[in-house]
Parts: sequence; structure tokens; C-alpha cells
Amino acid sequence: MIAKRITRRKIVDKLVSSLALLSVAIAIIPLAGVIIFVTSKGLSAINLEFFISLPKPPDEIGGGIGNAIQGTLILIGLASMVGIPIGVLSGIYLAEYGDNRFGSLVRFMADVLSGVPSIIMGLFVYVAVVLTTHSFSALSGGIALGIMMIPVIARTTEESVRLVPNSIREASMALGVRRWKTILFVVLSTAKSGIITGIMLSIARIAGETAPLLFTAFGSDVWATGLNQPISALPLVIYKYAISPYSNWQAQAWGAAFILLIMVLVLNIGVRFMARGRYRR
Amino acid sequence: MPSPLFLFGKKESKGARKFVSGDSIFKKLTLISALFILVLALLIFYELYSRSQLSISKFGLGFLTGVEWDPVHQVFGALPFIYGTVTSSIIALIIAVPISLGIAIYLSELAPRRFRSPLSFMVELLAAVPSVVYGLWGLFVMVPWIRDYLQPFLESTLGFLPLFQGPKFGIGMLAGGIILAIMIIPTISAVSREVMLAVPDTQREAAFALGATRWETIRFAVLKYARTGIFGAILLGLGRALGETMAVIMVIGNRPQISLSLFEPAYTMSGVIASEYIEATQEIYLSALIEIGLLLFIITLIMNVLARLLVWRMMRMFRGAKE
Repeated sequence: MIAKRITRRKIVDKLVSSLALLSVAIAIIPLAGVIIFVTSKGLSAINLEFFISLPKPPDEIGGGIGNAIQGTLILIGLASMVGIPIGVLSGIYLAEYGDNRFGSLVRFMADVLSGVPSIIMGLFVYVAVVLTTHSFSALSGGIALGIMMIPVIARTTEESVRLVPNSIREASMALGVRRWKTILFVVLSTAKSGIITGIMLSIARIAGETAPLLFTAFGSDVWATGLNQPISALPLVIYKYAISPYSNWQAQAWGAAFILLIMVLVLNIGVRFMARGRYRR
Repeated sequence: MPSPLFLFGKKESKGARKFVSGDSIFKKLTLISALFILVLALLIFYELYSRSQLSISKFGLGFLTGVEWDPVHQVFGALPFIYGTVTSSIIALIIAVPISLGIAIYLSELAPRRFRSPLSFMVELLAAVPSVVYGLWGLFVMVPWIRDYLQPFLESTLGFLPLFQGPKFGIGMLAGGIILAIMIIPTISAVSREVMLAVPDTQREAAFALGATRWETIRFAVLKYARTGIFGAILLGLGRALGETMAVIMVIGNRPQISLSLFEPAYTMSGVIASEYIEATQEIYLSALIEIGLLLFIITLIMNVLARLLVWRMMRMFRGAKE
């Protein structure tokens, strides 16, 4: 009787273990599926012309997404100019001065904001910037992506600044270095790799964002002419081409998706190698 | 970091005053940046709220229950979109929660140590794939699969339910729910895993010492202990599902209707904003779209606030228990 119950418990134990393993397998399927399909369909669309030329109308063969690659790089640059200074500075605040109620509130709000859908950020910038300047622009796209970077960078900066041992701060200040210089030149340089990790992660996150760009950067078929003009971006092109009825555009959508996916995966894997061992339990 | 040097800074020598001012400028600079995060949240609310005034005052609460969306006659009701968003998110949760919990259990309790971190990294990579890439894959790979295999299968086995009757396009509510599930699995599993790892080992040791099997230990010592945090993780996933735009837009069919059938096309709140804002040339049309955005902002904000509170409280409790 008892032996029977023990076997039953053991069987349940084995069953649950295999179900858990199965869940991992199920989750890996779509990841593998996406990578395999995007690679196999994307590679056939890619050639030199694809990287360096402008899009062509659907009834013409050829054409490329050069301006979308350019646009994505410009947008990432603009977003970094908004997101990195504010993010890093507020992260420093949280780590160095933020052990109070206000600090907890900011920390909490940063976490909450990072969960707000990207389309809301886009809509906000559309209402606040695009509608007031009466034009879609690269700048507004950069702002939308930039404010999405802030919470991520702030929290990762905070974490890595907190990891810097106090003895280093004390050593610096014992030499007569002022606190702000200590933070800028001693603490930050110690925490540098963690902060860079956070920045790269946030760039990986925004590089593939589409929804906020619909309202702001809008997309364009020509090379970028100015920051106050609409600008193309890889995700925008993927969306436009994917839902189009033209098969050569659809093929190019896979090509663009391949480039975007490689970019994002390289950033993520790079971050992982940089962070190796640092965040491990 | 209170330091003895700070005391010296208060001395009234000229050089010392310089000390203090450099420090206070730097502190203010970081304070302003931190303040910006709070201001940003308020600003988003204010901008969306003020721009949707027109629609709020014209339709009132009827906006939430109206089923008609007719830009030509300027009649706007958001219920079909709310229905689409909520239903697709529920489908996503039904699929994603058990799988994510399985992953979290495997990665925190069962997996051999050296597999843990590469496997969690792979699951996290799921979150890194841009949503438009999921949409592309969903449209050209997943939708045909749903149309050719999943829908006929569901119809032949569960077809007596109205949920699984209707046209078999592939595109529709079901496809939207599945793609959302794929996208929220990493969120739910990563946070649940973190929460489960935070459960003190003494809990597990106690259960093992009483002769519990591994599963019994997980069930009674870990899951029970971590349930608040896991609930928080699920809310975080729900928040993400509610606001997800691009992947869903590409596979859900974008037709504003309320249908019991999961095979029918639907439309989500984020979807209607993204695909119609450009046609919204009349004030009232745009205002109605922005009101939908405001609703979405408030809902996701509440989800995230609740989720963070649960996870935070839980983590703090464990930290207390460990000390």
C-alpha cells in the first residue's frame, strides 16, 4: 500500500519534470522558427544593391533598403542623445543620492514606464511634437525612441553604480577629490562596463521598434535630407513591405528582417559576453 | 555615502566653498534627470487627456460601450477594440502561463546547473526579437499553419463550441492570441524564475527533509511561497500583451467586430490607433483614437503598478527571511 503510494508520487514527480522540460522545448520552437525562416528567406533577398540603393516601385525588379539602414542608424543616434545622458544621470541619482522616498518613487516609475506600450510613447510624441510642429520628422522619431531608452538605462546604471564598492569612493575622497569628480571619474569608470551593457540592451530594444515610428519618423523613399524631414527605418520598411500584395516587396521584407534580426541578436549576445559572470548569482 | 570629507566641505574657506558648489550642481543635475522620469509619466497622461477632451465630452462613458465605429458619420464606440484587445490577451495568457511556469520551474529548480544560464538566455532572446519580425513570420509562416492544420483540427475536435466555428482564414483572433503568447512567454517566465530563485533554500531543504519528492517540494515549498510574485509576473505579461501592436496588427485581420468565434478577424486598441491615425483628419476622429490611447495607457499603467508592487513586496519579504 505504502509502496504503491510512493511509486505514484515518483511517477507524478517524473511527469511534472518532463512537462517542465517540454515547456522549454515549446518556447524554443518559435525562436528557432523565426531565426530559420528569416535567415533562409532573408539571405536570398540580400546582395550589394540591397544594402546601398533606394527602394523601387513594386513593379520594378531590384532596389534596396539603403535609406532604411541609414535611417535606423540616424534614429538610434538621435535616441541615444536623448536617452543616454538622462538615463545615466538619473541612474547616478538613484544609486548615489536616491535612498529616500523620492528615489523609490522614481525607481518605481521607471519600472512602470518601461512596461508602458511603445505605441503609447509614439502617440505621446505624435501629439506633443508632430502635431505642434506640423510635420513628421527624424527628430520626433529620435525623441520617441530616446524616452523609451531612459528607464532601462536608468535602472541598469543604478545597478552597476551600486556594485562599486564604497572603499573605492572613500579612497578617492581621501585623496581630496570632490564627490562629483569622484562619481564622474572614479565610480563611473569602475561601473563603465555595466553601464555600457545597459545602453546596448536599450539600443537593442529600440532598434526594432515600429509602432512609435509610425507616428513620428513616418518613413520615406529617399535618403535622409534633414532631421526635420520624415525618415525611413528598417522596421517601417519591413511592415510596409510585409503587408503589401507584391511578392518582390515581400521578399525584400524578409531581407530587411534578416538585417534587423542580426543587429538585435548581435547586440544581445554581445551584452551577454560582456556581462559574463557579473550578474550571476 | 556619508563621508567625513563632507564635514570639511562646510568650512568657510574659499576653496572649500567651491567644493560644495560643484557637488551641489552635479547633484541637482542628476536630480533633474530623475525628476524627468516622473514628469514624463505625468506629461504623457496630460497630453493624451487634453487631446482626447473632444471625444470624452461628446461620447462620455458611451464610448466604452459603443459598438459602432463609423468615421464617416462620426460615431465612435470603442467596445470592439476593447473586446479584441482583452480577448486576444486572455488567449495569450491561457497559452503562455502554463508554458512559462513550466519554464520557470525547469530553469530554477530542475535543470542541471550548467544548462540553466544558456537556456534562460535563449528564452530571453525570444523577447529580443522585434515585434515586426514576429509579425512577418506570423503572417507568412504561422498563419498558413493555423489555416491548414490547427483550425481544421480544432473544428473537428472542439467544433461543437461556437468558439471554434467559422471561416478558416488563418488570420483572426486565434492567430493574434498565439503570437501574443509567444511574445509574453519570456516576460512571465523570466520574472517567475527570478521570484522562485528568491525563495530561501531553507524552504526547500525543509521539504526535502520531510521526504517530499522534487515536485512536492516545488509545489508546497516554492510555488506556494512565491505565488504573489508569480501573480505579479503574469500581470506584467498581461500588460505587455494588452499594449503589443505590430505583430498583432499583422495577423489579427483588423475588422472591428465582436464575434464569439476565435476564427473571425478582430481588431485591437493599439491596432486601430496605429492603422487609422493617418486617416483621422477630422478633429473628433483623431480625438477618439487618442482617447483609446489614453485608455490603453491607464490600463497598462495599472497592470504594471500592481505587478511591480507584488513583485517588490515579495522580494523584500524574502530579503527579510534570508537575513
